Formats: sequence, C-alpha cells, structure tokens
Amino acid sequence: MSVTVHIPTPLRPYVGGSDTVLVGEGTVGEILDRLAAEHRNLRPHLFQDNGRLRGFVTVFVNSRNIRELDQEATVAAAGDEISIVPSIAGGATAAATALPQLSHQEILRYSRHLILPQVGPEGQRRLKAARVVLIGAGGLGSPAALYLAAAGVGTIGLVDFDTVDETNLQRQIVHSTSGVGTSKLASAEGRLKDLNPHVTIETFDARLTSENALEVLREYDVVVDGTDNFPTRYLVNDACVLLDTPYVYGSIYRFEGQVSVFAAQNGPCYRCLFREPPPPGLVPSCAEGGVLGVLPGIIGSMQALETIKIILGRESTLVGRLILFDALSFTLRELKLRKDPECPVCGKDPSIRELIDYEAFCGVGAEPVYQGPEISAKQLAQEIRENPDILVIDVREPHEWEICRLERATLIPLSELPDRLNQLDGHKEIVTHCHHGVRSMFALQLLNAAGFAKVRSLRGGIDAWSSEVDPSVPRY
Amino acid sequence: MIIDRTVLDEIRRAVETQYPNEGCGLLVGEVGGGVRVAHQLAMTNRRIGDGAKAKRYWIAPEDFRAASHAVAAAGLEIVGVYHSHPDAPACPSSYDREHAWPWYRYLIVSVADGTASDVRAWQLRDDRSGFIEHAVRIEN
Repeated sequence: MSVTVHIPTPLRPYVGGSDTVLVGEGTVGEILDRLAAEHRNLRPHLFQDNGRLRGFVTVFVNSRNIRELDQEATVAAAGDEISIVPSIAGGATAAATALPQLSHQEILRYSRHLILPQVGPEGQRRLKAARVVLIGAGGLGSPAALYLAAAGVGTIGLVDFDTVDETNLQRQIVHSTSGVGTSKLASAEGRLKDLNPHVTIETFDARLTSENALEVLREYDVVVDGTDNFPTRYLVNDACVLLDTPYVYGSIYRFEGQVSVFAAQNGPCYRCLFREPPPPGLVPSCAEGGVLGVLPGIIGSMQALETIKIILGRESTLVGRLILFDALSFTLRELKLRKDPECPVCGKDPSIRELIDYEAFCGVGAEPVYQGPEISAKQLAQEIRENPDILVIDVREPHEWEICRLERATLIPLSELPDRLNQLDGHKEIVTHCHHGVRSMFALQLLNAAGFAKVRSLRGGIDAWSSEVDPSVPRY
Repeated sequence: MIIDRTVLDEIRRAVETQYPNEGCGLLVGEVGGGVRVAHQLAMTNRRIGDGAKAKRYWIAPEDFRAASHAVAAAGLEIVGVYHSHPDAPACPSSYDREHAWPWYRYLIVSVADGTASDVRAWQLRDDRSGFIEHAVRIEN
C-alpha cells in the first residue's frame, strides 16, 4: 500500500490531469519533493527558489494540517492521505507602495533596523504604518510601550485609568518619580513622545469594558495585554477573536511569566487554553503576591518582540505556543497549544458571539467566596486600647512581617494556621489581618469552620492601618 | 470566461458590503470547452486587523477545504477566485502574483467609493512571470 496525494484542480495539469497520485511512504517534505522531481513544472508552484514550501501551499495529512503536526517532517505512512489545499491570498496594491515613506531623520534613527534584511526599509515602513494598542500602562505595558515606540511603531494606543503610585516605580519603567500622583496616561505619553517624536500616542482614559472594548480595539492591528485580572483578560481575548485581531498575551506572578499570541489566523485563543477563570481570590494579584520588578521587563519585552514580528509578517511567532518562564531557576518551557474546536468563542459553533459581562463571568462582585465580619483600622485601634485581651493574628508571610508589623500582632502565616489552631484561645476576640485584607478573610473562614466564633478581619489590612492609624508603619 | 449575470451581480453585492475592506470568494462552475462560472461562494476574509483587510484578503486553507468538499459533492468544480480592490484598479498587484495559483481564473472587482465598477479576469502564466487577461462574457 502507498500514500495517496490529492492534487487540487489548479495543479492537475502538471501531473497529467489526475486528481490523485500514489507515492511511497516518507515525510511530507520528501514526498512533495519526489512529486516535484517527477513532474518538473509542478516545482515552482509548490516550492520557493530556496527549496522551502510556498507559504500559501497548505498540506493536510488525513484531516490534520501539518502545521499542527511536525510541519514538513510529518510522516505519511501507507494508507495515509495527503491533501494539497490552496490557501488563497492577494490584495489591492503591492505592500511597499501603500506604506508610508520614511523621512531622512527616520532613516537615520532606524538604521540598525534598516540594515537587517529581515526588517529592511519595507519592514520599517510596515512598523510606521502599524497601529498597536496596549491595555494597561503598568508593569508589562511599560517595557512593551517603550520598545514599540523606540522601534518606530507609528501609532500606539494606551488604555489605562490609574495614577502613578510610588509602589509602581519598582517595575513600571515608563513612569518616573516626578510622575507620582499624575495619571499613568499622561506620564507614559510624555516619556514615549520624548523617546520618539515620530510616533503618535493615542490615549483612552477608561477601564476597558464590554461596552467600549470593540470600539477601542477595532482601530488597531495588534492588541497587547498588560492587565493583571481575569475579567479584562477574557474581555480582551473575546474582543480580539470577534475582531479577528491578534492578541499578544503576557502575564506575571512573583518569579514566573507567560507569553503567547492568541486569536491569530487559525491559532488558538486564551479560552482554548483556559475555558473558565479560576475561582475569585484563588490566584493572588501582584499586589498580594509580589513580583520581581525585572520580570515584567522581560515578559513585556517579549510581548513587544512578538508584536513586531506580527507586524513584519514573520513566521514562527508564538501562535499556538505558550512560553513559561521561571526567572528564579532561569528555565524556559514551551507548551504546544491547539485550537479547541469546541471553544465557546473561536470554535466551530461558538456560543459567545458578542461581548458578555466579564465581571459576572469571573465571579467578581458576586457573592464573595469568603465572607465575614470586618473591622476598620480605626475601630481596631480603639478596641486594642480598651481590650488588652484582643488577639491580633497576622497571617502574612515571615518576610512581610520583617517589613512591618503591628505591635500587638502574633505571626501565624496562613499556610500554618490549620496546624496551629490549638495555640489560640477560643474565648478571646480575634482579629485577623494581612496586607490588604484578602488573605485575612481566608483565615477568618478557616477559624469559623474550626469553631472560633468571635473573629473579624481587618478591612484593608496593614496597609489601611498605616494610612488611617499609624503612618510610622511603612507601606509596601 | 463566461459568467452568469446573476452570479456577477451577487459578487458585486458581496464585495460592496465588505467595502472599505477587501471581499473575497470562490468561483464555482463546470470545466469543459471553456470555463463557465455558474455559482459563487462568498468567503470570510481571514486577514488579521481591520487595517490589513483594506489591502489584503486571505481565504484560510481550512475554509477552502470545507468549501471544496461541498462543491465536489455537488458535482461541480472550483474554477477560480474573486476579490475586490477597494478604490484601486481591477488589475492584479505583484502581491496577487506572488500568491496566485496556476489555472485558476482570478476575477478582480474594483470598488470605487463603495460601488462595484470595473470587473476583469486574469490567469497566472505558467512561469509565474505575470498574468494573462481573459475576456469576461456575461450571459443571462
């Protein structure tokens, strides 16, 4: 038995008019090469001068595109069927004539790009013509915006609604100390224009929502996501799928980062990977969990890199590949991602055809999973004065305890709490506290479940204590 | 190349609705004596980004494969491709040439200011050096 190759109509004249040809086993590359050797006039239509398959020649082995398999190294065994399927492309004008020209100043500025054959004048003009939008001018958005502006991406959109805070400066390198207290948009716009006056910055002083997302993102060729929450991530993903716009994804947590490109031609989307978000509160934010400042620098730069490759039309982008970077061990892992045919937004029969309520979808604002009585910082200060028996339990980690602590508190990290319940006096009033008030609510739940009745959680954590009661406690 | 008037009208309308983006689709018919286009299949322009769609079209292989199965099941043949050039002449660009398949008829519709105007048909030369033009004969 041999391998059957299905020939599409336009190529049949080159193989004697037949619609199928039988060949021996081998890799797809070998088989097509043998076919082209046997039918010499077929070769220029299948292969480029350098011997590689032309970009618009798509090959399926049985029902699978070889891009999802081992590309041209995919093995076809006896009984397998190879189909050569045309991918049809074209366009009005030669790319170069439709692109904007570069000024002398720009030619000088981008000279290190221009002398790269993979960029060259046409690539640089593509960058100038490109419109990229960044969701969030924070840890990931900072390096991404800086490199995209420096690279000469003609129009950069920024979506943010936050102001620059002292704690941002450890990693959000587009902002400066002088910008603390001003809007992130104004701060970033000033820095980017100073870096490269040839680029246009468009700002959107708003939170991205289901109401405005399509309107804002529609205007751009590529979307770079620098947000740190699940509702926005699913919103950006779904909007990009609906708009057919590539979504350059990045996320960070402590020492780990992820990068991929979703919603691109035939590539998977974020929902193909994560159908549903984790329960609210399960994954801590950077504010709760911390992050090494250089990590968003690395991940955001990778996002800028992928964005530039998409604009240049390079192959081998991160479409269908998820990169996992561990900064502490310095390891880089790659996971192959498949497009999920059952995906609710990009699958064959999508159930999501318009943007939904992502806050509700991610369980934000709904009944919180951990709920219990809270106490304000001021109230706690008063109760401590009046009740020397009140038990204050700090459920943060020891290294946070090193940064600052409440005088009356006992340190029992959340992870140790279940094993140390016997150290607690159940008759006393208990107040749990952490950094911002999330972990202490978990602790409260745990204590309630163990039978402790008089437990409250400090609203806003030690951060609120610092701002409302005792400024000598440093904020972090 | 012969094309039914109703099919050509469908194609004009299909690409007008896509303006200012490029619209695209497949020409379906019978081969024998000459090429006669008896049906058209509008296809999704899978190019990324709205800006890109004004200058480019792309019919994904998966879409093409599904369409060709349906066409074959009906005992017909895909005989070519149509696409529009928004506010540009109905002549193939060098990008069209680089990506063209032999034998297929390439029907290009110029869409000026949202209205389909000039329609011309082209076929890639065997040596890929350029296109030859075919007369478009419209029949009722």
